[in-house]
Amino acid sequence: MPHLISIANQNSQFLCQEQRSLLSGLEGQKIKALQIGCRGGGCGVCKIRILDGNYQSKKMSIKHVSADELAAGVALSCRIFPLSDMTVETLD
Amino acid sequence: MKKGVMRPGHIQIRVLDMDEALEHYRDLIGLIEVDRDDQGRVYLKGWTEVDKFSVVLRETDHAGMDFTGYKVLDNDTLNALESELNDKGFTTTEIAAGELKGCGRRVRFTAPTGHTFELFADKEQTGKWGIQARNPEAWPRGLKGMRATRFDHCLLYGDDLEGNLALFTDILGFDLAEQVLDPEGNRAALFLSCSSKAHDVAFIKHDEKDKFHHASFWLDTWQDVLRAADLISMTDTPIDIGPTRHGLTHGQTIYFFDPSGNRTEVFCGGDYHYPDHPTVTWDAEVLGKAIFYHDRELNERFLTVLT
Ligand code: FES
Ligand SMILES: [Fe+2]
Repeated sequence: MPHLISIANQNSQFLCQEQRSLLSGLEGQKIKALQIGCRGGGCGVCKIRILDGNYQSKKMSIKHVSADELAAGVALSCRIFPLSDMTVETLD
Repeated sequence: MKKGVMRPGHIQIRVLDMDEALEHYRDLIGLIEVDRDDQGRVYLKGWTEVDKFSVVLRETDHAGMDFTGYKVLDNDTLNALESELNDKGFTTTEIAAGELKGCGRRVRFTAPTGHTFELFADKEQTGKWGIQARNPEAWPRGLKGMRATRFDHCLLYGDDLEGNLALFTDILGFDLAEQVLDPEGNRAALFLSCSSKAHDVAFIKHDEKDKFHHASFWLDTWQDVLRAADLISMTDTPIDIGPTRHGLTHGQTIYFFDPSGNRTEVFCGGDYHYPDHPTVTWDAEVLGKAIFYHDRELNERFLTVLT
């Protein structure tokens, strides 16, 4: 089931399937809110802050998201898989 | 002038998840898994490589390259290069034989761009995979995926290209086969060869140290590059760019990413280099064409997405 993902600071929304990462969902919809980098949690260009919603995450490089940042909701969007509607914001 | 460095010998790549990494390097690229060690590292090689391994994967919490190593002619050469590195101000660390299974003593040092390099003289020779040494057949049955034949080179991003140029040419005896010059005449890229290949290592100027751009594996033909592109689509593997041709080295290529975000290249063809050949120069004004000969335009990702 697709979930509605809102990008709070860009005033845009897109639908994302549970088995797709947020970045991959975004890529499919041609909204240019984030740079499409390695899609593997290694390069750090797709950084977001999660403001609301449930999700599953895969391992991401600690060089780009420290444990403290992770606890504060900072994540690499190519590693985040939605389990509900979500609200996020982009970071640079 | 050649100083006895023969060829790229190995690269150790950091991955976030070993099982996923093996789906990429073993099952998709088609490298052969040859060993594992008690640190959990996995050793692989391309089937044509005579030495035991060329790619080592290490699972950890961030992506990138730990080090890359070059094989030198013999132990005397290794000792001579070690002394010369020390004389020219490089601190070397000795890694004991066997720290990588089947590899002899390694001499490790940090380049001016911050990357870790190694030299070694001995590695167990297990021969080409799947074919007999005597009266060898053309190729082995049972290869997977892209059937990559060897680890060919890596491209690294870093700040002090002039320092690396001096290290690789004056001390290690590589030739500057190709370069990119900016309008002020500063070097923006170096393609260095210790053989007759177009490049055995390459560097692109970047303001951070110790960045990894890609590890590259050799395929025999353009048809193989197109087949690799098909496999990248079939497996939904994140692509960077290609299939296309480079201006620099003129190789035919495709770039894609491993599941930890490290970039991989498979390529074929391209130019050759002999020690008497002048350095080929590309101007930074035509960098798009120098890098992607057909599009003649850089994609932002190729320059900025690194591990
Ligand atoms: S695109 Fe590289 S970390 Fe997400
Ligand atoms: Fe390359």
